[in-house]
Amino acid sequence: MTERPSDPPSSRVGSRGPAVPRPSRADRVPAVELYRSVPRYLAARTLSGRLPSVAAASAAPLRLVARRPSETLPGWARVRPRLSGICGSDLATVTGRSSFYFSSLVSMPFVPGHEVVGDLLDDVDTPRGRLTAGTRVVLAPVLTCAARGVPPCAGCSSDRPTRCDSVTSGHLAPGLQTGYCADTGGGWSGELRAHGSQLFAVPESMPDEVAVLLEPLACAVHAARRAEVLPGERVLVIGAGAIGLLTLLALRALTPAAEILVAAKHPKQKTMAARFGAGQVLGSGDLVGAVRRTTRAMQLKPERGQPYLLGGVDVTLECAGSALDTALRVTRAGGRVVLSGLPTASPDLTPLWFRELSLVGAYAAGPDDFAVAIDLASGATEGALLREVLGATYPLELWRDALDHALSAGRLGAGRIAFALQSDPVAPDSRLESSKGSRP
Amino acid sequence: MTRPGFVLDVDDRTPPLLVHAGESLRLERFPDGTRVIYPPESLPGVDDLDATIADALENPVGSEPLRALLFAGMKLTIAFDDLSLPLPTMKPPDIRGKIIEQVLTLAAAAGVDDVELIVATALHRRMTANEIRHVVGERVFRSFWPEKKLYNFDAEDRENLSHIGLTDAGEDVEISKRAAESDLLVYVNVNMVAMDGGHKSAAIGLASYKSLKHHHNSHTMVHSRSFMDHKNSELHSSAWRMGRLLAGHLKIFQIETSLNNATFPEQYGFLSKREWEWSLRDQAMMYGASRGLDAMPGRLRRKTFQSMRSEYAVTGVTAGEVEAVHEKTLAAVHRQQLVEVDGQSDVLVFGLPFLGPYNVNSVMNPILAMCLGLGYFFNMYRGKPLVRPGGTLILYHPVPHEFSQLHHPSYVDFFEEVLAESTDPATIEAKFEKAYATDPWYTHLYRTSHAYHGVHPFYMWYWGAHAMDHLGDVIWVGADRRTTERMGFRSASTLADALEMASGSVGRSPSITYLHSPPHAIADVK
Repeated sequence: MTERPSDPPSSRVGSRGPAVPRPSRADRVPAVELYRSVPRYLAARTLSGRLPSVAAASAAPLRLVARRPSETLPGWARVRPRLSGICGSDLATVTGRSSFYFSSLVSMPFVPGHEVVGDLLDDVDTPRGRLTAGTRVVLAPVLTCAARGVPPCAGCSSDRPTRCDSVTSGHLAPGLQTGYCADTGGGWSGELRAHGSQLFAVPESMPDEVAVLLEPLACAVHAARRAEVLPGERVLVIGAGAIGLLTLLALRALTPAAEILVAAKHPKQKTMAARFGAGQVLGSGDLVGAVRRTTRAMQLKPERGQPYLLGGVDVTLECAGSALDTALRVTRAGGRVVLSGLPTASPDLTPLWFRELSLVGAYAAGPDDFAVAIDLASGATEGALLREVLGATYPLELWRDALDHALSAGRLGAGRIAFALQSDPVAPDSRLESSKGSRP
Repeated sequence: MTRPGFVLDVDDRTPPLLVHAGESLRLERFPDGTRVIYPPESLPGVDDLDATIADALENPVGSEPLRALLFAGMKLTIAFDDLSLPLPTMKPPDIRGKIIEQVLTLAAAAGVDDVELIVATALHRRMTANEIRHVVGERVFRSFWPEKKLYNFDAEDRENLSHIGLTDAGEDVEISKRAAESDLLVYVNVNMVAMDGGHKSAAIGLASYKSLKHHHNSHTMVHSRSFMDHKNSELHSSAWRMGRLLAGHLKIFQIETSLNNATFPEQYGFLSKREWEWSLRDQAMMYGASRGLDAMPGRLRRKTFQSMRSEYAVTGVTAGEVEAVHEKTLAAVHRQQLVEVDGQSDVLVFGLPFLGPYNVNSVMNPILAMCLGLGYFFNMYRGKPLVRPGGTLILYHPVPHEFSQLHHPSYVDFFEEVLAESTDPATIEAKFEKAYATDPWYTHLYRTSHAYHGVHPFYMWYWGAHAMDHLGDVIWVGADRRTTERMGFRSASTLADALEMASGSVGRSPSITYLHSPPHAIADVK
């Protein structure tokens, strides 16, 4: 399905105005596409610190196009997204804040969006049985050996597909996930391609606004498992955005943690964290001090730099993307720090060495994590809580507004912002109706 | 001839009056009819201080002379008040140092070798070496400090505390082991105001948290009316019970001193004068000082104030048995500070100065500002408060959100964590006090650095409990709204605004009293 230079995948129909793309041919679908542009990338990266909204909406190398989907190969199926979330890693990518490490793991141009609930347009076989066209599905976005048509690597063989070594191999262009690969399309479009191994049927009773959170919830399940929390341990979750809240939910359901603290920045996030069952909600202003008070640790202040603790929580899950440095400073000696969000800042690793911490990565989610996430989200209590996470949906043509809102979601009290890709978008929450499809 | 304190009724001839507002000075025009309480002018000091001290030691009240209590081979401990008294700090030589010199001379003459000097800090921060040197003088400091025979009390040094017993009311009395096991404890104090001294000296200054918590709590504080009147103060009643128990186990020779009202050094003399008597020079000084202070960078302004040294004169030195000594000291303090006032008013106004007992060489954080206003100034009465129950207190202070991490680390957390949840002293005490009092980090900083004990901000809050219980409204003029709100108070830009805000509870023509202090004045409210 690799696209050839002589066969441009899309025709640009407007990158600035709100005009809806008008496919010149029936098989083209609207999509927001990230393309290679060094000046725009640099501009977005420069602006992202102080003016992230401008960086995402005006400077980022994004454009709304009418894109011709790639042909569907055996084992693959077309998916028409209903909702597609805007993830923190998406925002880091479009604002140029993610690491260059990823540059060789993606192929341009690609359509972002890997948190997807949509309708299956073709019958397809999956490891969990055959799914027929019309089934509502969610996507495990990692493009593993199975999807790429190559023999299973060590990760895939050991049932740990998130550790797949073949994300640049096989018959697909490089791309660690759907949403970063030029061949598959992504969730921010009218249609994408998914391999059978990636697809999970959504329970009928589960509303779309919950189903669109299954992918990040599966990631949270994965992170909670990677945390290997022991009975009686005190756990800190840094960040109370969507990932932080879902991680809290997963930790409560899956681990024997004695107490889960959540560091939240904004008032609504604090309220949500309490509702999601945080043992304590700490402000992020003086997180070291707040953790110190709770754990009765010793606090030291170096001559330069931030204070740190001797003592602290047993396990910290960093779900903000920019607080790894703090996480290392508030975790007790011998404790574990789980990096759940895409890191966008470089920490001082001295405490990692001095405190003999274990730094654990938690990337994406495997099939088993998805199964657990679906079970978890099907619970009445959890389902009710998850309904509150999706803050607003936007049609694709208002992608600038959607990104602007997503960048300010925490401050504005919206957990997750998503694109509504079908004509009858989901109304996630009556309280937020006014923000649907418009700038809040 | 020293003029007594008096009450001025403001009329159209009254000039704008001086009001302290933290590290700045204001001139404020009060509404006609406002009562202004001026403290008595400074009394003259004793003619020959050395002779007065010698006389007190030789002719004590209720006790044998000091020389008769000293003998070779004895264990002698001298404890003394820390630098939280007097305020501002006394220009050297400090009266405590002069007394200690004479006590040591007598001890040396009696052949006493085992002498230790303890700064009675209780849960206050450890004094620095320079601060201790300032109090005891160079000679004593050089003789005892290097030998570790002169040191700060450590209320968390469990091995060096001694549990004396329980009072009739079941209160633990636990003090310095060295003091408890001495043949004689000489306590040297400074009575800046009437609440100091008496059994409050040794029974509190050398006590641990286990002992202090029996009276430093919200219930006791709210029933202490007032701290300046020990016979009506629950705090003092508890301290008296403890002190009497202590006196049954330990020979205590108390030396109390009283100072005059020379609160400000000569160049700031206009601050102690009555405004209509200001000379042209005084007026120029006030203008220059207020403008200059406002223009100064904050750090320099603080340094200017904190480096102020007052030229107090000693009005009395009394030694001997604790209670007998204290009665004489109180009489001297009252002579200097007492002002008769007729009845309560609807509104009471204070201008809070830059300094309280707990921010010497440090920052007056919001909790300390509250304590100074609602804890100390509010309690400067005998009989009944200057303001009626349900009345309004108006305070001048900027209440900046500023803390010393060195001196007040637990205050930072108290402000951020505890006050965010409740401002009710009893609720705070029940929910948070124990955790702060036993927090290992605060304890570590108290013992090894110069931090107030972890529980100290709670005590400051309790100091305000009586005022909070009595008042209907507390309004701060010129304060940071965020900090006053956190503490459960309101703030106004001007006095007129504050009175407007208070009009809902005290009406549009309230009776107003302004306590023109410092220097200190105790209102004897009839």
